[in-house]
Order: sequence, then C-alpha cells, then structure tokens
Amino acid sequence: MKTLLIGNPNVGKSVIFSRLTGVKVIASNYPGTTVEFKKGFMRFFNIKAEIIDVPGTYSLKATSKAEEVAVKIVEDADLIINVIDATNLERNLYLTLELIRKVNKPIIVVLNMWDETKHLGIEIDVVKLQELLGIPVVATCGLTGEGISQLVYNINEAKQSPLKYSKEPLWNEIGDIVETTQKLYHRHHTFLDVLQDLSIKPPFSFIIGLGVISASFFIMRSIGEGLINYIFDPFFQNIYNPLILQLSEFLRQGSFFHTVFIGNLVEGAVDYSQSFGLLTTGLYVPLVMVLPYVFSFYFILSLLEDWGYLPRLAVLADRLFHRLGLHGYAIIPMILGLGCNVPGALAVRLFEEKREKFIAATLMAIAVPCMAQTAMIIGVLGRFGSQYVFVVFFVLFCILQILGNVMNKFVKGQSPEILIEIPPYRIPHLRSIFKKLWMRISWFLKEAIPLVLVGILFINVLYFFKVIDFFANIFAPIVTNLWGLPKEVIGALIVGFLRKDVAVGMLRPLSLSLKQLIVGATILSIYFPCAATFVVLMKELGIKDMAKSVLIMISTTVVAGFILNMILSLLGV
Amino acid sequence: MISLDKLATGSSAKVISVEGGTNLKDRLHNLGVKEGMVVKKITGSSWRGPVVVTMGRTQVALGVGMASKVMVEPVEKSIDHSR
Repeated sequence: MKTLLIGNPNVGKSVIFSRLTGVKVIASNYPGTTVEFKKGFMRFFNIKAEIIDVPGTYSLKATSKAEEVAVKIVEDADLIINVIDATNLERNLYLTLELIRKVNKPIIVVLNMWDETKHLGIEIDVVKLQELLGIPVVATCGLTGEGISQLVYNINEAKQSPLKYSKEPLWNEIGDIVETTQKLYHRHHTFLDVLQDLSIKPPFSFIIGLGVISASFFIMRSIGEGLINYIFDPFFQNIYNPLILQLSEFLRQGSFFHTVFIGNLVEGAVDYSQSFGLLTTGLYVPLVMVLPYVFSFYFILSLLEDWGYLPRLAVLADRLFHRLGLHGYAIIPMILGLGCNVPGALAVRLFEEKREKFIAATLMAIAVPCMAQTAMIIGVLGRFGSQYVFVVFFVLFCILQILGNVMNKFVKGQSPEILIEIPPYRIPHLRSIFKKLWMRISWFLKEAIPLVLVGILFINVLYFFKVIDFFANIFAPIVTNLWGLPKEVIGALIVGFLRKDVAVGMLRPLSLSLKQLIVGATILSIYFPCAATFVVLMKELGIKDMAKSVLIMISTTVVAGFILNMILSLLGV
Repeated sequence: MISLDKLATGSSAKVISVEGGTNLKDRLHNLGVKEGMVVKKITGSSWRGPVVVTMGRTQVALGVGMASKVMVEPVEKSIDHSR
C-alpha cells in the first residue's frame, strides 16, 4: 500500500517520516526530474506499507518542479497523510482543503508541532476540526514522538471526506474553520520572539549575523582541533603507531608490500602525513585530519538548520548575492559546499532557472573548499600561523566576488529574486541533531575512506611508472613560471581529481615556502572539482554547460594563480 | 493604494492585487500573500535587501521587484497576538 506524507515545507514531515519508517530508507529522484523524495517502509497491523515523503508543497497548483512532482506522486497514492503545522492553521489548511476537494483518496490529517501550540497560546479544538473537515485528525509532536502511536493506530480510519464543498473561494472556508476551531490567548513576548525580530531588522540583523558566523567558526575550530589533539592524534601516535612500526619491521623497508601498506619512511620513522602508505597516510588523513572537522562542521550546520537561522542568513546575504547574479538563498549550496561539494552541487537543484544553476554551481565548485580540503589546509598551513588559513579563505572569497560579478555581466538569461518563507525559531532537539550528525558522518566514512585509499594507491602507481614526471614536464612552464611552484605540484593536481584532501597533503613533502603553500592551497581549491562533485555537476548542468564551467575553472586557476603569486611576491611573503 | 515596496516599514496594509504573471501570483498566493490578506511590513528597502512581511504566523521574504508588483492599501492594525 502506497502512503504519502504531504504538507507545507517546514512542518516537520521529515521527523514524522523517520518516526514511521524503519531502517530501510531510500532517497531517490522522481524519474526524469532532479526532485528528490524519500521512500521507506512501515508495518502496521499486518500490512507492509510503503511511505513516501513528498517534497514540501503549498498547493496542488504546482508553481515549481518540486510541487509538480508532489502532484504526480499524489495521483499514485493509496492513502494520504497530510501533515500540518498546528501553529499556522490558516496557511496549512489550504492544501488540506485542496486535497479533500480534488483528490478522491482517503486522507488523515496530522496536526504536528502540537507542543508548540501550548507555548504560543494557541488552542485548537481537534474534535471540532475533525467534524468540519470530515476526516480524522491526530495531534502529534514529531520530535518527542507523542501522538505517533495514535497516528499509526488510526491510519485505517483515513477516509475521503463525505462533506460537500461548494465552489466558494477557498479562503473564506478556511477562515471559518479556523475561527470555529482555534482560540488565541495573549502571551508575553519571549526572548525567542525578540531575537526573531532582531535577526531580520537591520542593523541588528547584521550584528547577529556576524556573531553567528564568528561563533560558528570559533566553535567549529575548537571542536575540530580539540578532537584532533586530545583524542584522534594521541590514539594514532600511542596505540596505532607501535603496531605499524612492528608491521614495518616485518615487511622490510623497500619491499613491495611495505611501500604499498606503510609507504616511505621519513628519517627512519613513519610520518603519517607524508609516508603515503595505505595503512599510514591512507587512514591518518581521513580519520585524524579530516573527520574531526567533518564532525564539528556538521554539528554546527545541524544546529543552524534546526534552529531556523539559515533562511534569515539568506535574507542578509541577498544583496551580496545579487551582484553575483544570484539571490540570498544561494547561500545554502555555498554553506553545504563547505562541508562537501557534492551536497553543494545537489543543492543547486533549488534553482529553477538555468542561469542561476550555472552560476551557483560554477562558483561553488571554484570558490568553496570542502571540509576535507579545509581541514588539510589548516593542517598544512597551521604551523605558520592560523592567520594564513584566513588568507587562503580571503583569497577564495575575492575570487568568488570577482568571478561572480564577471559571470553576472556575461552569462545570458534572467535571475529571479528571492521568495522564501522564514520559519519561526525552534529550539533544536539534540536527539535529531545527533541522528543527522550520525548519518552524515557514516556517509563520509563510507565514501571518503575508500576514495582516499584509492587515491593513494593511484598516486603511488603513477609515480612508479613515471607518469607524474611526464605531466610535470609538460605543465612546468605554467606551474613554475606563472605560479612559482615546483613542477612536482602536478602530482598533487592529478590526485586532486580524485580527492582534495590527499592532494593538499601532497604539498607537505615538497618543502614549500609560505608563499608557495598559499598559492598551492588556493590553486588546489579552484582548478577542478573532485571526481564525485564532477559527476553530480555533469548531471545537473548537462554537458554543454559543464564544459563552459570547466573552461571557466581552468582559466580562473591560471590567471588567479599568477596574480596571487605576483601579489604575494610584492608583499614579500 | 501603493505598492508593497513603497509601504512604510512597520505599518500594515491589506493586499488589493498582485500584478504580473500567473506564476508569480500563484507563488505569492501559496505563501499567503493574497488578495484580502493583511500584511505587516517588517523590513523595508532602506537597506536595499528583500522586503520581509508578516501575515499571522507566516513570515515571508520577497525581492524588491516582486514587492513592487503587490498593490496594498494601508490599514490600522489591531493588536496582533500571534507574533
């Protein structure tokens, strides 16, 4: 039996979905579109039901691709669960009444966020609402789980409303229903209310924005470094290292297996960031250097998401993004790209217009370094002083601005303006944050570690067969003369096609000066996306636009590398 | 009657009409910016950012260009309990 979860965006459908479904959840695309939906399974009584989490939609009158898909999925459904935000009855009921009128299928309404109605002084007569709609209504709180069992128990009660609806304008009906069933009690403004207002009004909004961003960076850095210095690194040095040294003795330095698994010894000892063996660098880079930052980044991101700050950040950033041919909501792919460029590229689907997609995707791939890269940049440049890490980011930011302005002038087409709903602030529930965190980290471990290992194996093979030397000599003129880097950097550039963290790590053994490290780190960020991102971008942009994008990436790299090299030299770095 | 972008910040107004294509009308409609709805303007174009309006429990940000297509009539707003 096909069951649907349908409702406005931001009503907590996903939480309800995760409460109803078991472990087997698949995210997939509706055929022929880039719109994603989630599918899971639920057992109730003796029926195994398929549950589909439909993209948030405001009405059946589709105004976007996501809504079109929602409408199509509704046509195939056997039973519809309409999730409503109880704190915003009036707006949410529009879709409910449309469903009742236009869809001849059994429906049950879920009044979610029930706990919040109490905080907000909203009282809803559920029985009366049930009467007026003609279909069952269940109150739930997705986050705590209250009401979910009642929902499951009552699913069979879902029915087509027996009530007749006239052709009167819908909004009058809704107004009547709301008036009869809802009572508002006066409540004093809470701190959260005040904060909500300030987060939007200048100049406070900017102060809060800066505060949030600074705090985010600070917390992220503290957790990241903390995890590295107090947990992961000590573990590697004190527990893992002795085992590796024993293995090293056993395999004999210089032998084939030694080179593959342990890599090259540096001054008689294993240097985990330089030895380049599968069991040494292959595990150290993703687990010790990158994972702590992936954890801390996604922890902060989940907090910001669940709290509801991101749309407000989009409003603040809107003007900035206009100059780049985008609008404020483009901050979402950029922020996601900071974690991993793949979700950043996927988020480009948020844009309906080809022009926006193209600009956002290209800018993200070029100017936004993923956490794997960032963690390595911190690891490699950190010893010169953390201000140099900021220098690299500042350079990337400048490239974003300049390139964005240029693209805005020359790319054909229209870019629409921002139009988003700003949800109320919600206190994040730690449980759902950790659940999200867990999903994102396991995804990272499953995807990243194999690729890092392949990357290391790959680069060792290429070195062995002198392929690196071959390419290094071809590109030496650009690399040495324009960028001021030794031609061996080509090795890093080649590995960078596969994994950016390993690539940045390859800068270490080259004994580069500070200036060269800054140029090298910048170039590795902007020249080309990693393989995974490249594949996703190809699907999103299509071959023609992807080719244009790649051209922009390469030319930007050559020019930016040169200019950066010159400026740093002039500054005496 | 004036356009939303010209409405004074902090004041409330009733939406009279939405000029422009059906798609824009529908999208605004979906979010709650529809004829007859009373909106309160929270931020203005003084900082040239998006226009943010509140309608009951819903808050929406829209670009200045879009706001210029929404025609409104200023009203005296009674005490709003919900936000």
